[in-house]
Amino acid sequence: MEELGIFVIFFASIFTSNILLTNFLGMCSYLSVSRELKTAWGLGIAVVFVMTVTSVANYFVYYHLLVPLNLEYLQYIAFIVVIAALVQLVEMIVDRVSDRLYAALGIFLPLITVNCAILGSSLFLVIRKYDLVQSLAFGFGSGLGWLLAIMALAGIRSKMARRSKVIPALEGPGIVLIITGIIALGFIGFSGMVQIN
Amino acid sequence: MAVSPKKVTKEGVWGNNPIFRQVLGICSALAVTNLVVNTLVMCVGLIYTQSLSSLTASIFRNVTPFRLRIISSTLIIAAYVIVLHNFLMAFLPDISTQLGPYVGLIITNCIVLGRVEAFASQNKPWLSFVDGVASGIGYSVVLLTIAVAREALGFGTIAGFPLPFEFTKWTIMVVAPGAFFMLGIIVWLSRWLQSRAEAAAERTEK
Repeated sequence: MEELGIFVIFFASIFTSNILLTNFLGMCSYLSVSRELKTAWGLGIAVVFVMTVTSVANYFVYYHLLVPLNLEYLQYIAFIVVIAALVQLVEMIVDRVSDRLYAALGIFLPLITVNCAILGSSLFLVIRKYDLVQSLAFGFGSGLGWLLAIMALAGIRSKMARRSKVIPALEGPGIVLIITGIIALGFIGFSGMVQIN
Repeated sequence: MAVSPKKVTKEGVWGNNPIFRQVLGICSALAVTNLVVNTLVMCVGLIYTQSLSSLTASIFRNVTPFRLRIISSTLIIAAYVIVLHNFLMAFLPDISTQLGPYVGLIITNCIVLGRVEAFASQNKPWLSFVDGVASGIGYSVVLLTIAVAREALGFGTIAGFPLPFEFTKWTIMVVAPGAFFMLGIIVWLSRWLQSRAEAAAERTEK
């Protein structure tokens, strides 16, 4: 693959290759935590944070631990363990440093361990052969992209809850998926600006 | 808790279907469904992972410490997924590249962990195995439906074979929004059918 500028990767991972809207990662928490803007914001920030940290950490684990030892096939287990450990670590640090931040993020952090977007971004950076700086840009950008998508949905849902009547069978996940489809359609408008993969 | 294998199967496939009832495991449901063949491989992979992980987790359910439950389930699942990934790379390399990270993402697929956590941690090994197969099939049925519709409308083929008539292809079905719309519609239809069946059952009871 050609050398990609880090800004290209950064913007592409937010807009044209949004991890949620084009790669469908992190759907479970996206569907269940998008009812209110405030909780969506909390989870979104936590995702940005953890995704940036884990992308870099897993870059080191993969290229400086697994590759030299010829253990690439252990990447899944290694990544999952790194993510779980880092989430725990972040939780402890946040708890120690700031009570307010802990109150805001605390409940979301454990949820993130099983958020597939986090593992997905680590797997993508291996598949796309990013270097360290690119991985950092990709992790941070993907996190922001996820935050953007869940905030958009939470905004629409909280307005909808007050004003709109939805067909009973379509309520909940049905209508949310269709809204997401429309958001994704909007994001397709960005494609062609920058392209990765 | 006395549950028969038959009831477990029915629940997994329809009554408690992982996709449209519990809305779990959506990521892969959307990502791999633009081609029928890829979907089929993914479904077989999921049934395999789910049933064996449930079996294993259930065998060890009495010796697993409560606090280490989630991490041990994750590691069990990861071990099976690694086997699956290597198998695909060895025998179906093209499909393996196309599925990309999504095979690995079975690990964080909420269905697998969800069933292991909700069912296998409390039930006997054999029953857990059946439950795993059943929810795997429930998942596969929905995925294949979406895949057939998306491939037919988007490419004009089904599993690579062209349809017998010509029409304008719906490019939207190939890209991301098409997946969201299809799944939304499937969730809608199935919930509508279920609520109708429930209403009918209530009427007969009266």
